[in-house]
Amino acid sequence: MAAEISTAQTSSAAVDVIVMVLRRLFFSAVGLGILFALWWFGGWLLESNPATMSFADFGPFPTIDAVPYMVQSGTLLDASQASGYRLGIGLLLAIVTGIPVGILMGRSKVFRKLSNTPFQFLRMVSPLSWEPIAVIAMPTWDQAIIFLISMAAVWPVAFATAAGLAKLDRAWFKVARNLGASWWDILKEIILPAIAFDVMTGIRLALGVAWIVIVPAEFLGITSGLGYTIQDSRENLMYGDLAVTILAIGIIGFLMDGICLALIKRFSWHRN
Amino acid sequence: MSRSGVQISVQDLTHRYSSRGPVTFDQVNLESKPGEVLAIIGRSGCGKSTLLHIMAGLLAPTSGSIRLNNIEVKEPSPKWVMMFQAPHLFPWMQVSQNVGIGLKFANFAEDKIRERVEKTIKLVDLEEFAESNVQDLSGGQQQRVALARSLVMEPEMLLLDEPFSALDAFTRASLQKDVRSIAKSMGINLVIVTHSIDEAVLMADRAVIMAGSPGKIKEEIMVELPEERTAQDPEVQKIRGHLMETFRQASTATH
Amino acid sequence: MIDKAQESEGFAKTWLIDRIAFPVIGFAILIGLWAIGGWFLEINPATSSFVKFGLVPTLKAVPGLVESGYVAEHVIASGYRLAIGLFLAILIGVPIGIAIGLSKITEQVTNEPFQLLRMVSPLSWMPIVVFVFPKWDQAIIFLIAVAAIWPVIYATAAGLKKVDPAWFKVSKNLGASFHKMLAQVIFPAIAFDIFTGIRLALGVAWVVLVPAELLGVSSGLGYAIKDARETLAYDHLTAMVVVIGIIGFTLDTIVGVLVKKYSWQKDV
Repeated sequence: MAAEISTAQTSSAAVDVIVMVLRRLFFSAVGLGILFALWWFGGWLLESNPATMSFADFGPFPTIDAVPYMVQSGTLLDASQASGYRLGIGLLLAIVTGIPVGILMGRSKVFRKLSNTPFQFLRMVSPLSWEPIAVIAMPTWDQAIIFLISMAAVWPVAFATAAGLAKLDRAWFKVARNLGASWWDILKEIILPAIAFDVMTGIRLALGVAWIVIVPAEFLGITSGLGYTIQDSRENLMYGDLAVTILAIGIIGFLMDGICLALIKRFSWHRN
Repeated sequence: MSRSGVQISVQDLTHRYSSRGPVTFDQVNLESKPGEVLAIIGRSGCGKSTLLHIMAGLLAPTSGSIRLNNIEVKEPSPKWVMMFQAPHLFPWMQVSQNVGIGLKFANFAEDKIRERVEKTIKLVDLEEFAESNVQDLSGGQQQRVALARSLVMEPEMLLLDEPFSALDAFTRASLQKDVRSIAKSMGINLVIVTHSIDEAVLMADRAVIMAGSPGKIKEEIMVELPEERTAQDPEVQKIRGHLMETFRQASTATH
Repeated sequence: MIDKAQESEGFAKTWLIDRIAFPVIGFAILIGLWAIGGWFLEINPATSSFVKFGLVPTLKAVPGLVESGYVAEHVIASGYRLAIGLFLAILIGVPIGIAIGLSKITEQVTNEPFQLLRMVSPLSWMPIVVFVFPKWDQAIIFLIAVAAIWPVIYATAAGLKKVDPAWFKVSKNLGASFHKMLAQVIFPAIAFDIFTGIRLALGVAWVVLVPAELLGVSSGLGYAIKDARETLAYDHLTAMVVVIGIIGFTLDTIVGVLVKKYSWQKDV
């Protein structure tokens, strides 16, 4: 009897979960459907007006038609790899400099007070205004773009790390020392898990800014990457290819952001 | 566990927070025999909490020393651990991970950690919460986790800095009883700092009164009572009255 | 009395140190590093053509740029685009955020499309918007708005989620009309979050503004950067970078003050 009841309960719980997932999928499908319909409507407007007919390739169906070419020719993959490489290195540099700087800001009052104004100032220099300087200072365009990405992405990482450290309960260190923790133990078992959530939140913000910066940074000087593909398709009037690239940028960004969000959830221990 | 605790000797301990600052306490001498439960009673500000931090090796004395069986306490060690007023659990760890963290610091093997954690969690009556998030536990349960986290190290001396003051009366009573009996069964010396005379009578074998500024040990009273103690017991009431009177005299004499 | 006077004197002293001395010293270090960088450019023959990036040439260039109205002209052009773009983002973003915060269905329906659109790097819309809009100015304003709207939407929605439903009950109970409830309960409750969103939006808009002005227009801070580079006026270039930093810093500080003013949560 008891076993029957409990299987009945678990199966009804399973049904609940399935219903919830289906509901979620349904609403997502409706939302994406509306987006697609709006896109289609926009395309139709372009097509029906003689003045804009030449831009009709921005519509959803010409775009879908352009997908096989963009994929098979490798254009999309090459562009994504080139951009991904620059983004990856740029973010990595931002993280490896941002976290230590953030720890320094969080741990040393003097450093925090001294660095706050200059850092806020540097943060608010729009990253692309460094471009001419970066191009001159760096031997290759690739490195200049990576520099611009790092310059934009380092601040969210550093400030989020410092904010995470500021929230640490000092008593945790006392407890850990009391139980015989070494300096390394405290870093590994206390500080890192305690601030992982905040650091990850900073990395997500950093990714968002880096993703904004990378496209205009790739408009100039180079012949690879998603920004270049945008520029190139525009110049060749290949509006279908252009729309495919925009869509790819959205999807790749969406996936990366989703991964960051999942990691943030994974590292979150806060109760609200 | 057939240990019987350690001889604690505090010799001429003096402390000031800065070289020009006032003396927190002056020339404190204390002895506690193996397995004893010692209560230090005092008003807030008499330096009793500072004394406990020094005994745990978390603060350095200005002069004097603390020895456990002739080993001097100079830094924190799992052999002499302290429980604080708040549990200060690590919120990103489950109950069992919190309890096992000290063993992890000491590089114990995984299975050894699991075995000792399981045993200790059972000892403090938290078996059903072993995998819980510590933020879901009540204040009393959290303080039990903190107790287990200290006990799992099998310390020789456990220092308690008013660890039950934030709990409700029922929870406090059951923890007072359990901590004493666990310490007795494991052969651990307990040193409890408290401002509650009831707590001292219910838990201690001996109570010392600390008062004045700079703080000094004023009086010492043996609490000779059976293991089963309740607040209503006439014997308990009698010692409580005696302790209360002595405490009043000791603290008024200096003011 | 004496204690109080001493206390306020001590307070004034720490305020002076924290708010004036530390920032000034910090900034001086930054400027010192710049001067050292300029000096390195000068002593190395290979980089001597870039000497104008240094501190001294830049400082020398500033008065001329300011007096001729060059700085003001481009600051006004950019400021206009930024203001209209942000205004549109707030005007559209706040109602959408309220709809998402109040209705679970709106939240679920908009989630994927909005996240997808949000993660389309704003500048990739550039080729499309330049022919949709008759003027470049409008195209730039659109790019700013499209970048800035997401932080406003999501901060507003997050703010509404934190609103205690009991407040609605209490205020209804006290006889508040819908309009009163909006003005007296909902807005004060979420103002902090909206301003936090606006601060983030400003940051993103500021990032987008400069590259958006690199093409097509002949005014604005982005154009001024490009112009200085093309004419090899490196001292003008660095001067404009400094101007961009100062304006961004000032705007961010103003919004930061507003965020603090509207904060009612104790731990923030």
